Amino acid sequence: MQVDRRRFLLGSAAGSLGLTALRPLAPARAQSPEAEQRRVPSSGQAVPAVGLGSWITFNVGDDPLLRDECVEVMAAFVEEGGGMIDCSPMYGSSQDTIGYGLERLGRPASVFSAEKVWTNSVDDGPTQIAETRRKWGLPRFDLLQVHNLVAWEGHLDTLFEMKAAGNLGYVGITTSHGRRHDLLERIMERQPIDFVQLTYNLLDRDAEARLLPLAREKGIGVIVNRPFQGGALTRRLRNAPLPEALREIGVETWAQAILKYILSEPAVTVAIPATTRVAHLRENKAAARGPLPDAALRAQIAEQVRAL
Amino acid sequence: MPAWLSYRPADFLLFSPRTYWRLFELENAALWPLPPIALLLGLALPVLLLRRRPATDRTAALLLAAAWAWVGWSFLWQRYAPINWAAAYLAPLFGLKALLFLGLAVRGDGLRLREGLDPQAATGFALIGYALLLHPLTAPLAGRPLAGAEVFGIAPDPTAILTLGIALLQPPGSARHLLFLIPSLWLAASAATLLTLKAYEGWIPIATLTLVCLLGLLSLWRAHWAGSRRAPKDETAGDGDQRHTGDRPGIGKLSE
Repeated sequence: MQVDRRRFLLGSAAGSLGLTALRPLAPARAQSPEAEQRRVPSSGQAVPAVGLGSWITFNVGDDPLLRDECVEVMAAFVEEGGGMIDCSPMYGSSQDTIGYGLERLGRPASVFSAEKVWTNSVDDGPTQIAETRRKWGLPRFDLLQVHNLVAWEGHLDTLFEMKAAGNLGYVGITTSHGRRHDLLERIMERQPIDFVQLTYNLLDRDAEARLLPLAREKGIGVIVNRPFQGGALTRRLRNAPLPEALREIGVETWAQAILKYILSEPAVTVAIPATTRVAHLRENKAAARGPLPDAALRAQIAEQVRAL
Repeated sequence: MPAWLSYRPADFLLFSPRTYWRLFELENAALWPLPPIALLLGLALPVLLLRRRPATDRTAALLLAAAWAWVGWSFLWQRYAPINWAAAYLAPLFGLKALLFLGLAVRGDGLRLREGLDPQAATGFALIGYALLLHPLTAPLAGRPLAGAEVFGIAPDPTAILTLGIALLQPPGSARHLLFLIPSLWLAASAATLLTLKAYEGWIPIATLTLVCLLGLLSLWRAHWAGSRRAPKDETAGDGDQRHTGDRPGIGKLSE
């Protein structure tokens, strides 16, 4: 069932899902104790606003030391409330690492499994998905996405069939680095997808023009990848002074400022920063708590970063 | 702008520098004590070539065949491909290179040593020395443990650099160029990877390839200059090939 954002907000206000008030639609500096929880627009399911990406960070092969470090990150993620863990067959051994971690952690129920199908052959899609499921050690995924629009028409058919048969929770499609937004927009307009994944951060703001408003209009959840531009953005801002107004809403680092900026965009459902460090994971999770910047502060942050 | 033009090398990087460098630590630990044995076998290569005997020349070719086959299978296929799927496409090239050396050992008369110590031969010996003795030290010089040293016969970069050194030592001939191709391809790929990882070690394969290219150009210029002065009756002999009495063809031809 498609649930638009208006219906979702009304529903959440009535406490129909048994949760406390969620983040207001228009972000403000007001305290929002459940700001870290978002709703999947198409279902109303609650999901933590800060998820966990796995690009590069979890691709550690069979290195026992690095694998265990990834498990520590996953354990901290679960401790902090869990949420979406996103991966792809393209990410080398990341799927194996996640499967290993989930097994070590006793397959926590708080993990929202988000995977992708990434092959030029539509016929190979189901086989690849089955292999991915085996690596995660899961009977089904919460979300499957067509990676980078590769053979998207055929794969979407496969995913919609899986969802209809009850073998999949949600269907999505992804892009990154601001590529192919025109095609993504057409797909969002015409296909009944639940999620779109795209790059959005303080410097990559193309999505603000059309995609994010369209996602709100269509009731499509937005997953934000590369929130830190793969670390380049935080490195660039490392020595820049943090605006005082951000400190007033509890922001301690630029990483938190970036995440708060992303999460204060009303269309955004989940941001999926990747990290290899437990401290960074906790810092990322903390960014979703407390007040988020309002429109004026968002503009101030964006202007300051642009000036740098 | 077409979407494909927006891609940068970093967009294809699947792993972190730490993960990459630890591959060598894991490989050395898993194969111990093979790394020092491989190093000793590598040191035996120039000794074998300097003896200029059919048996030692063929043994040298067999050693290199084994090194390329092992690095392709053990390091690229087993160790590297899980974190970089592109390695699975490069591993067969290492197998091909091993077959080439095997062919030289079985059907030709192995590797050869060119006559005299011209710039190519001197560079060849220098590259062999570097690959065996200095390249393993790049790990501790960069602050990584010696346990992660890249050793000939275990890691691809020193194996490729040493092979280019061997190729430079060969007397000229048509098949000689085949010795350069795959190591050069690997070193180009390695340089791209390392520089994208922002590792200074990426300049090592670039310097090696630049040196080999310059020597190639020098060789062409010298051949052209020599050709303009006289037409050689025996091109191979004129370039310093020193065949064994009664030998079958060397690196210049696999068979006649």
